[in-house]
Amino acid sequence: MSGFSDNIMRLSGRMLSQYPAQRDWDGKLTRAPHPGIIPTCSIVTLSDNLPKQEIMKWNGWGYSDSKFLYNKKGQAEFTGKRYRLSGMIIPGLREWMESTFGANLQHKTPAAPILNSSAVQPPTLNEAFLKELKSTGIPFSHDAEDRVFRSHGHCLHEIFALREGKIGRVPDLVVWPNCHNDVVKIVELACKHNVCLMPYGGGTSVSSALECPPEETRSIVSLDTSQMNRILWIDEKNLTAHVEAGIVGQDLERLLNESGYCTGHEPDSMEFSSLGGWVATRASGMKKNIYGNIEDLVVHIKMVTPQGVIEKSCQGPRMSTGPDVHHFIMGSEGTLGVVTEVTMKIRPMPEYQKYGSVVFPNFEMGVACLREVARQRCAPASIRLMDNEQFKFGHALKPQVSSIFTSFLDGLKKFYITKFKGFDPNRLCVATLLFEGDREKVLQHEKQVYDIAAKFGGLAAGEDNGQRGYMLTFVIAYLRDLGMDYYVIGESFETSVPWDRVLDICRNVKARIVRECKDKGVQFPPLSTCRVTQTYDAGACVYFYFAFNYRGLSDPVHVYEQVEHAAREEILANGGSLSHHHGVGKLRKEWMRETISSVGMGMLKSVKDYVDPNNIFGNRNLL
Amino acid sequence: MYSGTASLKDEEEFTDILEERRRTTDLGYALRTFNPQPYKGAPYSSTSDLKKAVLESQYLRYIAKEIALETGSSVEKVRQEARGILEEMSHNLQLGFIRLMAYTVNKVFKRLFRSIYVNMEGLNMLQQAIQESPVILMPNHRSYVDFLIVSFILFTYDIPIPVIAAGIPLASMKVVGEILRRSGAFFIRRAIGSDKLYWAVLSEYVRTIVRTGCAPLEFYVEGFRSRTLKSVVPKLGMMDMVLEPYFKGEVFDITLVPISISYDRVVEESLLALELLGVPKPKESTTGLFKASRVLQEDYGCMHVNFGRPLSVRQLCEGKINRSEYNLIPRDLPQRPSTEIQDCVNWVAHLIVRTQEEGSLISPWSLMACLLLQAPITTLTEEGLQWHGLTEKTLWLRKLVLDFRGRLNWPDSDVMSSTVALHHSIVHHKAGRVCLVQDGDPASQDPLSPEEGVMRTAAAVLMLVSYRNQALHVFVRPGILATAIHITKSTQKDELFSFFCFLRDVFANEFIFIPGRASQDFDEACSLLQKCGAVHMSEQEVTVLETGLEVLSFLQKLLQPFLDSYQLIFRYLCENGAHVFTEKQFLPAVQNLATKLILSGDLHTFEVLSSDTQKNVLSALRRLEAVTKLRAGLYITQKELLGGSIPTRFPLC
Repeated sequence: MSGFSDNIMRLSGRMLSQYPAQRDWDGKLTRAPHPGIIPTCSIVTLSDNLPKQEIMKWNGWGYSDSKFLYNKKGQAEFTGKRYRLSGMIIPGLREWMESTFGANLQHKTPAAPILNSSAVQPPTLNEAFLKELKSTGIPFSHDAEDRVFRSHGHCLHEIFALREGKIGRVPDLVVWPNCHNDVVKIVELACKHNVCLMPYGGGTSVSSALECPPEETRSIVSLDTSQMNRILWIDEKNLTAHVEAGIVGQDLERLLNESGYCTGHEPDSMEFSSLGGWVATRASGMKKNIYGNIEDLVVHIKMVTPQGVIEKSCQGPRMSTGPDVHHFIMGSEGTLGVVTEVTMKIRPMPEYQKYGSVVFPNFEMGVACLREVARQRCAPASIRLMDNEQFKFGHALKPQVSSIFTSFLDGLKKFYITKFKGFDPNRLCVATLLFEGDREKVLQHEKQVYDIAAKFGGLAAGEDNGQRGYMLTFVIAYLRDLGMDYYVIGESFETSVPWDRVLDICRNVKARIVRECKDKGVQFPPLSTCRVTQTYDAGACVYFYFAFNYRGLSDPVHVYEQVEHAAREEILANGGSLSHHHGVGKLRKEWMRETISSVGMGMLKSVKDYVDPNNIFGNRNLL
Repeated sequence: MYSGTASLKDEEEFTDILEERRRTTDLGYALRTFNPQPYKGAPYSSTSDLKKAVLESQYLRYIAKEIALETGSSVEKVRQEARGILEEMSHNLQLGFIRLMAYTVNKVFKRLFRSIYVNMEGLNMLQQAIQESPVILMPNHRSYVDFLIVSFILFTYDIPIPVIAAGIPLASMKVVGEILRRSGAFFIRRAIGSDKLYWAVLSEYVRTIVRTGCAPLEFYVEGFRSRTLKSVVPKLGMMDMVLEPYFKGEVFDITLVPISISYDRVVEESLLALELLGVPKPKESTTGLFKASRVLQEDYGCMHVNFGRPLSVRQLCEGKINRSEYNLIPRDLPQRPSTEIQDCVNWVAHLIVRTQEEGSLISPWSLMACLLLQAPITTLTEEGLQWHGLTEKTLWLRKLVLDFRGRLNWPDSDVMSSTVALHHSIVHHKAGRVCLVQDGDPASQDPLSPEEGVMRTAAAVLMLVSYRNQALHVFVRPGILATAIHITKSTQKDELFSFFCFLRDVFANEFIFIPGRASQDFDEACSLLQKCGAVHMSEQEVTVLETGLEVLSFLQKLLQPFLDSYQLIFRYLCENGAHVFTEKQFLPAVQNLATKLILSGDLHTFEVLSSDTQKNVLSALRRLEAVTKLRAGLYITQKELLGGSIPTRFPLC
């Protein structure tokens, strides 16, 4: 490897335990190993006597205090104090938005500022249910704001409608059970009074899973698990933790970190998504290469169904007892019951953590490198490959550099890569890496990966680029809100695909998006970009981002949906799966039969029919 | 600028590309800067990269292993053999030779043709398309002259030079073979049959070219040069290979560009007729080429090269296939495509040939040929046809062609006599009459035997037939309807439709019908006949109008030779033929019978003497399962079918 990258590595690796906790930088890493989130400002939950929605946007992503905006000088800025990027000026963003989308600061499409409660339909209440519910003492509400907040996930059409102040069918009642037994009571009452229950965890769904079925005539009760957020015990002998399913990812990690442990499960939504939600959708975390996906992490699940509680009798690490009943629960998307408690594996916190990045001359070489890394089974905790467009996007999100020295270094790096090494800036792409473990091994591992990368023309490009890549993950959802302020709408979607098809699917789906946009009358070429976010032995997970300027379109959301639909068709035609971890919800239901065959559908249906014959869990996801 | 006909819109204007060539030096032209915009997805790859990619492909490895297992030879040996095949096949495109080619071809073309008209709009669209996705150039093939015309034009207009699929005999021509190879030709053996390794190498070679988009690929979907100048039912082998990268998702899209090349006069016209009558075609050889140089002395009029609208395979196949059928088997392994995919390939291939037909320009001479062939043969050979009548009728036919949305190549002045003058080898115009020129040495005093006389006349007639064939595609659908009306005497739409379908089915080897479009074809026929005032249509009925008799009779007579020919062969197989017969027996026997009947005045067409017709009938019968192939060249008739439903439905008129 070149001395150039060696240098950068030495500059920046760090021992997590070596530095005193008061150092801001390291403190952050010890408590939540995330480039994006500053956990000192911990999430406030209802148990702190403040409803979660008070600090969250009602019609956009994330915290109310954090958002992108253009300041008076016309520069992009990220507000708040929660993220690394917070309070910073992002000089390149405006030009990127203007040149990528043809967006213009003069053409604004502001969101409706506050929820107009009169637009919300009055609740259909089941009086008998309500009466008995009151007697249990479980908190509930039919306040319009509470109901609207739990009526949606974060699909584009859902947020777009909210911004326009359009409210469809929303839950009629919200209940906040505090523990497993509360849930048992609620489900019993719901069965008794034929009320429709929809479990609600973090609300980060992107599959229309939280949308109330418009055809539902019964009273719909949103069962919000957010109060069930305790770690009930930690078993240090077996390295497991028993946790209530309503806990949110970042809280779980923070609380475990306090005892020196972690789950290592870090989906991109971990700031807001809940353990129960992960189980219900078969979630996947960024660091699954070390820790595994949710199905690898779960040891025991307790779920309340209309037929009663389902759980296993022991915590044996593997069983041969017929088909694993956990697999009826994982991915059931709230159609069978409510997951209340989960025992999951925990790990001691890693001693050492290091980001990294590699620049490849083109995407093809990058994919070949990832494939080789997977073949040698030496993938770091995380390895992601961004295509050229995303690389440029990441570049546009660089905060204002403070020192001349940094900008000089940046210039030097750019010169080295494009001029000296002859990389075409319009073709090169970047892989971001995250290594974790004990120091010796990390360094050894790092060398192995960089050596492989070198064989595919990859040049180490420093830790900073890697870290910024991961930060992007957390702020990209906020960026969509900024786009929506200026006629730009977009979304991401994912798939998993065998290795030999990765390049083909990336090319074809991106091209399909561009072509569909053109056919549907979109005036400016869309942003159509992808990244490979996970590697497996036999394939990879691919994420697509897609956004366009909708000026001149009368029904932008419909156009958006048509394009997304076409893109999904393209994915399936190219051997990709219906979903890697987002789930099916109602958005992708139409493809379920061809995905799992009619017999497969029959099997799932028969389980549903047995467990929930009266369709109490009536969110109508999946089937 | 020259506009072909009044019916062509501005965008379809043609430019004579020879005009500029005549004004500049040949050398200067050949050495011009050539800087085409290639396919944006293609990284640069040399011919050796291409060969390496083919040889090292998973697919070829797999096949080699399989063959080694089957034959008991070593994998290395099989791979060595594959390398040999690839060497024989590969193109070796080099700019230097393109320049040499352009220099030579330019000289030859300037000699042969008055003008070469190209539609610039089509070229512009092609230029665009080439940057977007891999492009397949699909010209029709009527003359050897076609072979380099597309490369010549693309060189002239700074568009990437294609690699061209050619028959292996061309490769064996001394020097010329190598020049062609370096001009982008790659060579395919004629009878591949069941040679598994050859198929594997060829298909991987073709797929790799398409997949990488390293150069546009040009091939003749008709498979070979049409001896009859009529479109040939497409061959699916190459089409399959070309489309597979799309089906398997290896490329986002593939662009097909149908190219219609039309000639006023075809260089090989006399050879074609002789070949059809069983005189074997001369082997392609370099000396043969030089001997043929006397053809350079002749005037061949104009040539039109019409670049069709680029067609997106993705759009064509939408809703027709489900690409996910390739999801469960590695794409590198051979997989028999589903019937859905096969049907789609067949459909696309037919569509391309139809589009080529629609894009070709019909010359006044083709129309005259249609009319001349409807005159009794003795009139043609002896007293001749009245010039005045012929020109009147040709003008009438011109109008009909325009009604039928045919594209005409109708020069502005002096059409008729210049046309006849150009075709002095077929007819001569003297004293207000037009007669057929019959070949043969007039000085020879040896009287011809009656059979020889028939063959002599046949040679002349078949030349005429081939020019008629250039216009047939415009008339076929209404012609079949006219025939159906004539035979069934029915006015009921249902009945006509069913008979229309029957004829369409019988003649599916003769004319290009896009599979699965019988009812559209019928509707098209109805609307065209209605448009020209021949019939009146109602919900249930089609009634002939008094004013339409002339059109209907023309159309019906136009197709009569086909009916007669098919009928004769059906009858031969029913009555005389043994149950089991060989192709070798069959062809001369039919020819003998036909000669006899012509001499006795019982048969009025010479077309049954054409081996092409005979082969088409045989293919049709096999398709209709009236005849079964036992093994190569050996057939058995299915008497019950042949004696039953087909002839009874087939008109005995």
